[in-house]
Amino acid sequence: MKRYSNEHEWASLEGDIATFGLSSYAVEQLGDITFLELPEVGQDSVKGESIAFIESVKAASDIYAPMSGEVIEVNEELNDAPEKLNEDANGTWILKVKVSDASELDELMDESAYKAFLETL
Amino acid sequence: MENLKRTSLYDKHVKLGARNVGFCGWDMPVQYEGVIKEHHACRNDVALFDISHMGEFYFKGDIANSGVNLATTTDFVKLPIGKCKYGFMLNKDGGTIDDLIVYKLSEDELMFVVNAARIDVDFAQIKSHIKSGTFENRSDITSKIDLQGPNSKKMLQPLVSFDLDELSFFGFKQTTLLGKPAIVSRTGYTGELGYELYIDNETAPLLWDKLIDDGATPAGLGARDVLRLEKGYSLYGHELSEEISPLEASIGFFIQYSSDFTGREAIEKQKEQGIKRAVIPFVTKSKRSPRNGFEVFQNGQKIGYVTSGTYSPCLDEGIGLALVDTTLYDDSKEIEIKLQRGSMPGYKATLPFYK
Repeated sequence: MKRYSNEHEWASLEGDIATFGLSSYAVEQLGDITFLELPEVGQDSVKGESIAFIESVKAASDIYAPMSGEVIEVNEELNDAPEKLNEDANGTWILKVKVSDASELDELMDESAYKAFLETL
Repeated sequence: MENLKRTSLYDKHVKLGARNVGFCGWDMPVQYEGVIKEHHACRNDVALFDISHMGEFYFKGDIANSGVNLATTTDFVKLPIGKCKYGFMLNKDGGTIDDLIVYKLSEDELMFVVNAARIDVDFAQIKSHIKSGTFENRSDITSKIDLQGPNSKKMLQPLVSFDLDELSFFGFKQTTLLGKPAIVSRTGYTGELGYELYIDNETAPLLWDKLIDDGATPAGLGARDVLRLEKGYSLYGHELSEEISPLEASIGFFIQYSSDFTGREAIEKQKEQGIKRAVIPFVTKSKRSPRNGFEVFQNGQKIGYVTSGTYSPCLDEGIGLALVDTTLYDDSKEIEIKLQRGSMPGYKATLPFYK
């Protein structure tokens, strides 16, 4: 089950491994994505701090970590094909993190709360 | 987005699901289905742009003696009837009040087409030069639709009663479209074969629908900006401003010196003494894009800033224009562009980026 941050990242947790991605809303706002700067494996992920950087034809933005921990895998495929995010934001993961505090997930919004949040924007 | 002006095509954009943005006081579509798709439509097929926010002024009178010919760098006396020309309106220091296209409608009639954000300033500026004749701002009653792309001629031909091959580049015709008076101009801001269509606000939505029905892809200001930058065309407020002269923007070759114009003295002085800043083109040789305002360095010293930058779908790399200090810039070396995080190299390029 996906949970969302108010910076429009999503996280899903299996055991102590969290997978991060971007919401379709975020991807729509960015438009055609052209470049993704991914972190190194082993790098710290600090909740609320920039963990990656994304560029589209017309915009550029930080991606903020929705949870803390250590980066254990990045989706290398996105280096050559960042447009995969445009095709399927929900089904395209960006990086995986071994989380230090699984309870951080509860601080994120569930699907319906995120939907309601989007209504306020 | 309150207080933003709407063009006659606003309802069309909403229906097409456009994402609109505030642009120069107007509520304009930045994209419909996506910048890259719209860009491809223009380069390979035909795209349709609502450019109705731009301003149109009409002058009628003695072109040679009324003072109107002093207002811009274009010599309207020399300009043939049925042709238009790109030029500049300058301040006394040679800075650019606006870049504009002027149409010679007849021996004593001109149409000025100016940037949306500069309509009021431009109108006052031109008017201050005119001592006789009539000068009218028809921006609010005029719509402008750009039909651009290799298939634009084929699409437009059945809608006009003359052979479009009669129009050379920067040629135009006063004609009718859907039975209403219109100007069809063989011009554009994309570098593709294309036409700019001027028509009244009531007919514009019908013309828009007709062209969409015929298969044109609606394209927003996002695609338009990428298309113009791939060709290296200047955008007012970026490469040109009241502080930047056309010589500094590296497009001084558009200035005509056959007639006098406001700002000429300053421009000639700049030519004589050499300019201290110049707009230069560069590429990133990566998918990273430079953006307007990013600082440019060489040998650890700041030498200027990026005036326009984007990812180029045609080149599959970042492209940009930067205004740099010519006394510091070494064109045999790469430049360094400072990013939000870190920096990236910029490599010397020649215009147009996309040939």
